[in-house]
Amino acid sequence: MKILKMVGVLVLLACAIIFPQVFTDPTVTTIAVFTLIFAAVATGWNILGGYSGYISLGHIAYFGIGAYAMALFCLHWNIPGGYEPFLLVPLTALIAAVVSIPLGWIALRVRRHTFIVITIAMFFIIQLLAYNLIWLTNGSTGLGLPIPTDWGGYFFNYPFYYAALILLVIAVLVSWWIRNSKFGLGLLAIRDDEDRALGLGVKTVASKLAAFAIAAFFAGAAGAIYAYFVESIYPATIFDPNFDVAVVLMVFLGGLGTISGPILGALIMEPLQQYLNLQYGENGYNLIILGGIFLLVMLILPRGILPTLGDLWRKYRAMREQDTAVQAEEGMVITALPGRVGRSTAGRDESAPTAIAPNQNEPGEGINV
Amino acid sequence: MGLIIEAIVTGILTGGVYALMSSGLTLIFGVMDIINIAQGILVILGAYLSFVLQQHFHIDLFLGLLITMPVMFGFGVLLEFVFIRPLKRDRTMLSLLVMYGLALVIEGVLNLIFSADLVQLQGWYTTASFNVGGFYLSYIYVFGFLLAVVLLAGLYWLVYRTKFGFSLRASMQNRVAAELIGIDVERISAITFGIGIALAAAGGMAFGATNAFDAASSYDLISRVLAIIIFGGMGSLSGALIASVGMLVVEDVTSVVWSPVWASTVFFILLVIILVVRPQGLLGQAEVRKQ
Repeated sequence: MKILKMVGVLVLLACAIIFPQVFTDPTVTTIAVFTLIFAAVATGWNILGGYSGYISLGHIAYFGIGAYAMALFCLHWNIPGGYEPFLLVPLTALIAAVVSIPLGWIALRVRRHTFIVITIAMFFIIQLLAYNLIWLTNGSTGLGLPIPTDWGGYFFNYPFYYAALILLVIAVLVSWWIRNSKFGLGLLAIRDDEDRALGLGVKTVASKLAAFAIAAFFAGAAGAIYAYFVESIYPATIFDPNFDVAVVLMVFLGGLGTISGPILGALIMEPLQQYLNLQYGENGYNLIILGGIFLLVMLILPRGILPTLGDLWRKYRAMREQDTAVQAEEGMVITALPGRVGRSTAGRDESAPTAIAPNQNEPGEGINV
Repeated sequence: MGLIIEAIVTGILTGGVYALMSSGLTLIFGVMDIINIAQGILVILGAYLSFVLQQHFHIDLFLGLLITMPVMFGFGVLLEFVFIRPLKRDRTMLSLLVMYGLALVIEGVLNLIFSADLVQLQGWYTTASFNVGGFYLSYIYVFGFLLAVVLLAGLYWLVYRTKFGFSLRASMQNRVAAELIGIDVERISAITFGIGIALAAAGGMAFGATNAFDAASSYDLISRVLAIIIFGGMGSLSGALIASVGMLVVEDVTSVVWSPVWASTVFFILLVIILVVRPQGLLGQAEVRKQ
């Protein structure tokens, strides 16, 4: 099973690598670049929102900080368009993470809803600063980034595609590592019962803050690539509340707290959004359709695709096990009272989920694909 | 000095209008444990309803509230029934996303109907002004404030002096216990949601009469209203009131003595300071351990 999984992951990765060579149309690769960028943000966000249960609706603020840091570095260090700006991505990500630490410390003092609202408020504060710190950000006029003039035609999107893919792979590896580490276990404990986790010796404050900063790190890195890709940034387009909710929705759609859920969500959401913007952006139907899809998903699949599929799979397995068990039992106690079989299967029905629990090798809910 | 006093007066008057919007939001939060992120766009929807009534039927803005508020109340009850009630698990987060989706739909529809041009509500009181102690004050500020005082007084009476209010406060304190003593919490929730939305509609009328708006104004509104309810303490009506007036006074004074550009930033900085000192906000209750 493990080997099968490994092979599957490698095949997917190979598909991702050859994808732009097969579909060379710039319209397609552009959408693919955006998808990978947001998949990386969503994967990073999931480390905070999915593992520790702290739903932040403000992490696009760090995406924006990464974007602005990238633009400012290129501007002040006179970096020409080409491969050099990609070398700045780790630095911008680090800046986003460093900025997130004091803000995260303030926000993480409260829990649940208040935390959500505070992160939204912080997002708007940073957006406001981007508008108002004109000496730094150039206000609503925005900033331009160097344009790679050597890259033309079909080739233009390739460097961005592979940069975003590398970022996504790193994000997934980090997410996977955290999920299987003691730190990740601590985060899951915080999600389930923070006070008890604290009582059991989990360093809750440090763990939460670390998750917050890691999510900000990936958001910042993605923001830097995004900024270089779109070439000019404005407070309104970079600090866009719709991005924020889109990222959260991707994670919820795919499956909160799973490793591949955010990627699946991004694969569905981002192309859809781009398509709607292209197709209906002019007459304004895109918002209505997007909102409608949003509502349907939340009402029909509130747990996300992967956890729902996982549930169905588990139910199916439990049913099959139960069937074989009942057959065996019927064969053995054929002379018993008729009511006995019914009662014993009813009892088995309740215990079925726990009976197969040892097969799941990870804590928490959701399948760990 | 005169300018500062003028700024304080207008701050208090417009603060009343924001109190209408934010008390609806904080009430919904307190009773139902959900964050109605669509409050901003519902305020704008209320403003557009008043706009339609006034443009096409020539109904006075304040009289029009007698129509828009019940309509929006009904709309709120409907929304609660269709979108909030089916959410059984993880309500806080899912309701937030659902309300956001709804806000997108409403924004899209409003953009389609009214296009993205800014409009402002008109009445004789929006242009006429009178002289108080050396400066001119538009009538609409005073009327808007009076409207807020009347409606908020009504809300206080409803929440603190009636049997319904008793049930409402019980549901706020402990949902399960309220259900155990026979309170129909679902009914209370639906009505609360309706009241919150109706207040948003009233606030929207007063907002639309003092500011030019379009559907995109909702983002600015929701960020301010959320900041207000965090500042005052989530779920606290008096907190929302104090924070609304406080925010608008701070903003107006800042724009007079410093620059309008920094008006909201100063308030947000105050907000951050409050959060460092008192994470639960001015009058909010400290969070208790989740069972």
